[in-house]
Amino acid sequence: MIGIIDYGMGNLYSVSKALERLNVSYFISDNPEELDRASGLILPGVGSFKDAMAILNETGLSAYIQKAARAEKPLLGICLGMQLLFESSEENGLTGGLSLLKGTVVHFPEDVMKREQLKVPHMGWNRLRLNRESELLHGIEEGYSYFVHSYYVKAEADATVIAAADYGVEVPAVVGEGNVFGTQFHPEKSSHTGIGILRNFVKIVEEKVKP
Amino acid sequence: MITKRIIPCLDVKDGRVVKGIQFLGLRDAGDPVELAKFYDKEGADELVFLDISASHEGRKTMADVVESVAAQLAIPFTVGGGINSLEDMKRILRAGADKVSVNTSAVLRPELITEGARFFGSQCIVVAIDARFDAESGTYLVYTHGGREKTDWEVTEWAREAVRRGAGEILLTSMNSDGEKSGFDLKLNRMVSEAVTVPVIASGGAGNAVHFADAFKEGKADAALAASIFHYKETSVKEVKDYLKTQGVLVR
Repeated sequence: MIGIIDYGMGNLYSVSKALERLNVSYFISDNPEELDRASGLILPGVGSFKDAMAILNETGLSAYIQKAARAEKPLLGICLGMQLLFESSEENGLTGGLSLLKGTVVHFPEDVMKREQLKVPHMGWNRLRLNRESELLHGIEEGYSYFVHSYYVKAEADATVIAAADYGVEVPAVVGEGNVFGTQFHPEKSSHTGIGILRNFVKIVEEKVKP
Repeated sequence: MITKRIIPCLDVKDGRVVKGIQFLGLRDAGDPVELAKFYDKEGADELVFLDISASHEGRKTMADVVESVAAQLAIPFTVGGGINSLEDMKRILRAGADKVSVNTSAVLRPELITEGARFFGSQCIVVAIDARFDAESGTYLVYTHGGREKTDWEVTEWAREAVRRGAGEILLTSMNSDGEKSGFDLKLNRMVSEAVTVPVIASGGAGNAVHFADAFKEGKADAALAASIFHYKETSVKEVKDYLKTQGVLVR
């Protein structure tokens, strides 16, 4: 059973519908006790980092997510949800994140964007370049995924980045360490590539609960 | 690198697609969900649904359509038409749309863009602009109310203002080119695309695959939208993309 974390800012509907198409049982909750009954967690998110962290902190969900990650419950952050896994973001003033992965979230550099005539947000379909092996990308080709974001992650270690996309800078697209994963793009909106990644995450969760 | 997007646009009235129904040859071609699936399969990168319902009932039906589409589609889609408030945005986004598009309501009350971007993030807020060349002033002016009312806004000025307020994307329709099938308005598109930092969707005038290549190369558009040529099967998303590939335009 997958628990989708509801903190008022996610596009919960599209994630949950994608899970329904995969015949995966899930529930949506903002309650740590309830969420703890899930064998895997998804942290969705659109909106601003600062607002999201304020809500996560106020509701006690931050502490719960950190605890669950320490207990090795598989966790998948999507888009803003992935950025929240890192240490901080400069969006609307420097804000601390969940610090489950090492790195910071920064705006696309204006000089590079100008020079290469690239628009921000980075919006549309971009090709994934695989960086290293991961269960999350098992059987996934270097296909196109749907991105929409103005800030991107600067990971401290290369190993954190499982796959990247090019957009003036190298944009970490799939990240992960241990049981903590994130995708900058929206797998639920990325046609078969995205659905394959969601399916792999579900598999990781199922393997974990096997006796 | 990022690809150029091809976006079919569906006009929805009281829960049914109202353009091109009889020509599609699909079993239930008037059903927005069936059409959405059809375009998804053809390789559409994104879809735009324009709610042209006039009644409150029609609008309520639209939210149901959005839910059904979201349940079946794994590509992003935008919903526009009749979105006048933050509440309207909430209703449509909660139903599963990825973005909302505002036009007249944003010109009448530009704060709507600011509020929407603040609440949902810029990536959710598309500002649709209808522009027509004004011979008198030698500029393109912005029109509202489905092209019926002329405003004082010069198009690049309004586009900049919309972006300053948090628009994440501009959907730019040339009223001069719309329905003519003689190509996108390249001058207008280039002008606006160079004026703003966010992606611009070219709309109005698509007649064939060559026009799409022009929109990307000459018009500097990031995406291009068309309705009738896809609905009437004068060309297909796949045909357009195959041609673009031969022209060195990166597509999915």
